[in-house]
Amino acid sequence: MTELTEMQSAPVPSPVMRLELVPIILFAAFAATPTLAAYSGAEGYILSLLTRVMIFGIAAMSLDLILGYGALVSFGHAAFLGIGGYAAGILASHGIEDALIQIPVVLAASAAFAFLTGAISLRTKGVYFIMITLAFGQMLFFLATSLAAYGGDDGMTLSARSLVAGWGVLKNDIAFYWMALLCLLGTYGLSRAVVASRFGRVLRGTRENTIRMQAIGFQPFRYQLVAYVLSGMMAGLAGFLLANQAEFVSPAFMTWQRSGELIFMVVLGGLGSLHGAVIGAAAFLLLEEFLPEILHAVSFFLSDDIRSRLAENWKMVFGPLLILIVLFARGGIMGLLRRGRHD
Amino acid sequence: MTTTLLLIQALNGLQFGLILFLIAAGLTLVFGVMDFINLAHGVQYMIGAYLVAAFSAWTGNFGWALLLALPTTLAFGLLLEVLIFRHLYDRDHLDQVLATFGVILFLNQGVKFVWGAAPLSVPVPEILSGSVEIASGLLYPVYRLAIIAAGLTVAALLYGLVNHTRIGMLVRAGATNAPMVSALGVNIQRLFMVVFGFGAMLAGFAGAMVAPILSVEPGMGDNVLILAFVVIVIGGIGSIRGAFLAALLIGLVDTVGRSFAPNLLRLFLDPAAASQTGRAIAPMLIYIFMAAVLFFRPSGLFPAKR
Amino acid sequence: MTKSVLELRNLRKAYGALAVTDDVSLSVHPGELHAIIGPNGAGKTTLIHQISGLLPSDSGEIIFDGEDVTRLPMHQRVRRGLARSFQITSILPGFSALENVALAVQARSGSSFRFFGHAARERALNEPAMDCLNLVDLGARAQIMAGLLSHGEKRQLELSIALATEPKLLLLDEPLAGTGQEESQRVVETLRRLKSHTTIVLIEHDMDAVFSLADRVSVLVNGRLIATDTPERIRANAEVRAAYLGEEEAV
Repeated sequence: MTELTEMQSAPVPSPVMRLELVPIILFAAFAATPTLAAYSGAEGYILSLLTRVMIFGIAAMSLDLILGYGALVSFGHAAFLGIGGYAAGILASHGIEDALIQIPVVLAASAAFAFLTGAISLRTKGVYFIMITLAFGQMLFFLATSLAAYGGDDGMTLSARSLVAGWGVLKNDIAFYWMALLCLLGTYGLSRAVVASRFGRVLRGTRENTIRMQAIGFQPFRYQLVAYVLSGMMAGLAGFLLANQAEFVSPAFMTWQRSGELIFMVVLGGLGSLHGAVIGAAAFLLLEEFLPEILHAVSFFLSDDIRSRLAENWKMVFGPLLILIVLFARGGIMGLLRRGRHD
Repeated sequence: MTTTLLLIQALNGLQFGLILFLIAAGLTLVFGVMDFINLAHGVQYMIGAYLVAAFSAWTGNFGWALLLALPTTLAFGLLLEVLIFRHLYDRDHLDQVLATFGVILFLNQGVKFVWGAAPLSVPVPEILSGSVEIASGLLYPVYRLAIIAAGLTVAALLYGLVNHTRIGMLVRAGATNAPMVSALGVNIQRLFMVVFGFGAMLAGFAGAMVAPILSVEPGMGDNVLILAFVVIVIGGIGSIRGAFLAALLIGLVDTVGRSFAPNLLRLFLDPAAASQTGRAIAPMLIYIFMAAVLFFRPSGLFPAKR
Repeated sequence: MTKSVLELRNLRKAYGALAVTDDVSLSVHPGELHAIIGPNGAGKTTLIHQISGLLPSDSGEIIFDGEDVTRLPMHQRVRRGLARSFQITSILPGFSALENVALAVQARSGSSFRFFGHAARERALNEPAMDCLNLVDLGARAQIMAGLLSHGEKRQLELSIALATEPKLLLLDEPLAGTGQEESQRVVETLRRLKSHTTIVLIEHDMDAVFSLADRVSVLVNGRLIATDTPERIRANAEVRAAYLGEEEAV
């Protein structure tokens, strides 16, 4: 059995209150960025990078909802990014370009897929669950590659970003940034409420001790399934935004490596704190973005040839970093913050 | 016409299934005995292929290359075990997934670093090149038959090893009840190492064998890894027999499904739609198959643990 | 004749050829504390697992409160008033003691498919939970993380959780297991108090506790019930002494 319980038992009340500072600072930083970016001289670049961070923040947070609070290691979560992206792309290619129609369809499609696959996956435990979610993710990936009418392997280009009630406001990158932030805040607020609610308490209880929960009269399966569906819908929304930002969607949205990256974001940020997942997504994407340059900079004492090869092969540093984090930095970034405050 | 095509596809399926079995065998034992989920098993397959490519370029002979590649993959597997995997056995599955995912990132990039991103090709060994007529008018490449023969031989050896030797007995017992085996005074750490190294070598062997018929490229182990997971989950984790049957099933379903799904669908749909949906459904078949198996048997066909 | 709360008819569970419980028939009367004793490996815990629904039975029937529950899953039996404790303490270690009990209250009061509202602040859940904690003398420890409680306190907490499901019948699997002298005294006191609240089936190795608490005692040996009677008569029963008590005393 996967045992996540010991590594992140719920913190006692007082540090939780103090840690509320972290999400406040985080979201304030997101809100201040458009203003600050205007002075940076690289406004477009910063906005697009941070929009991407927020979108992956939503996806990672949705995964945290089931992984951190439900101990369900879903290894196929990228599939929902694909569902969201393809739903938007396919609808747009048939002339339905309004987000007010697209988003409900995205949510419904994600919910349906989550319900069907969750109902089967949740019958299994531990490693089998990891594998079967992985398999469902792969299934969808291959489906996407064979959709010749919608680009197949190469993916499809969206003619434009979605409209909002017939209005092309999202074409503006700043407006799109605010839209992503709004979605992030909305899903964060919703997740926070769910986690603290009766439902969330049952989910957390199941994570700690399934048998105990059955012995007081709960049927864990039903709660896990609903959580899985909720999580899938949020990730679907993230997929919708991702396709809209890039104005492109392809099977690469839902490779199993992408699912692995989502898990890494959640763990990097710290399991079971929701905003931790957002921080994890930010750390991951910024590292991915800047690691080549960082490597190039810190290897100043080496020859130019080696320096450029090093920067080119930054993943060779990224992989071991991942291993080291798993081995030595349990609890992720939130864990470090928590520990820092206790000292 | 269709029968010969079916026969060829069945042979291809068998060959693919046996390759999958070589990879899945190590994976299922490592999984069963150590409860360790190793995503990096697929890179062993890739390493096997790269090593054989490098050694055959060096020696100019596939046989020598294979002989050199096998102990090297074994050593490489043991090195990874000592450096990284050993520290993960008592971690939860989530940590194992992540850390071994890190190993994949590193090694996929690592082979690019060493051999470049372009695919390498390995010539088919001279004596195994060409085709033979296996039925009237039906030619089949000798090398593919050799893979089938090698796969069956290894499967038979493995069966004997697991079922009729002391170490095999320990491995089987370990898959069923690891604490009991260590209570018997067996050095479980060493047993783990042996199983691990052996599994890595089998995967490397599989990679080496397919190197002449596939392009050797970074990331080639990734998709095979997922298929191997499908195999061991269907077969039941820890069960060699389950892995064998499931590997052949998956090999056949996938290969035959890809070429016949459009034809079958033509019975119900018009040709254009049939070929369209057929091509869409075929790659999903094995996952649908897996979901169906797990729906009825959540621990696979031959669960080793009781 | 009183109607029984729980009736077992020819219950059986076997692993391969080995029958762990065999042809067990038993009737538990309302309000009594019914102890089941037997040597190690007699099948006592298996029997509790079968009654509570953690393990399916191979054959036989379990009639609870007039209803056949043999095929019902555990959570549905709990909803009908059949609660249990575990031999190895089973609590939610990351939750406070109060929340452990409040969850049990939550299970029987209203839907848990509520996605808004702070569950930990619901008085309708916390107040009954506090009452249950007080009943086992844990009121003062309500806010402590359950995983940090002492072993004896955890056992008390588990009793409290079981009580909070408002059981008609409480199945207790060795509530004294692993407790020290002083702790076990407290658990026995608690059990004595619980007796007036609900019907109890108790599995226990501590014979002093069994004979001081039980109204009736059943003896399970090698998966079969060999006697059911009052504590005094069980003590005097020659077959029981031969099979079990004598053997213990000889040790």
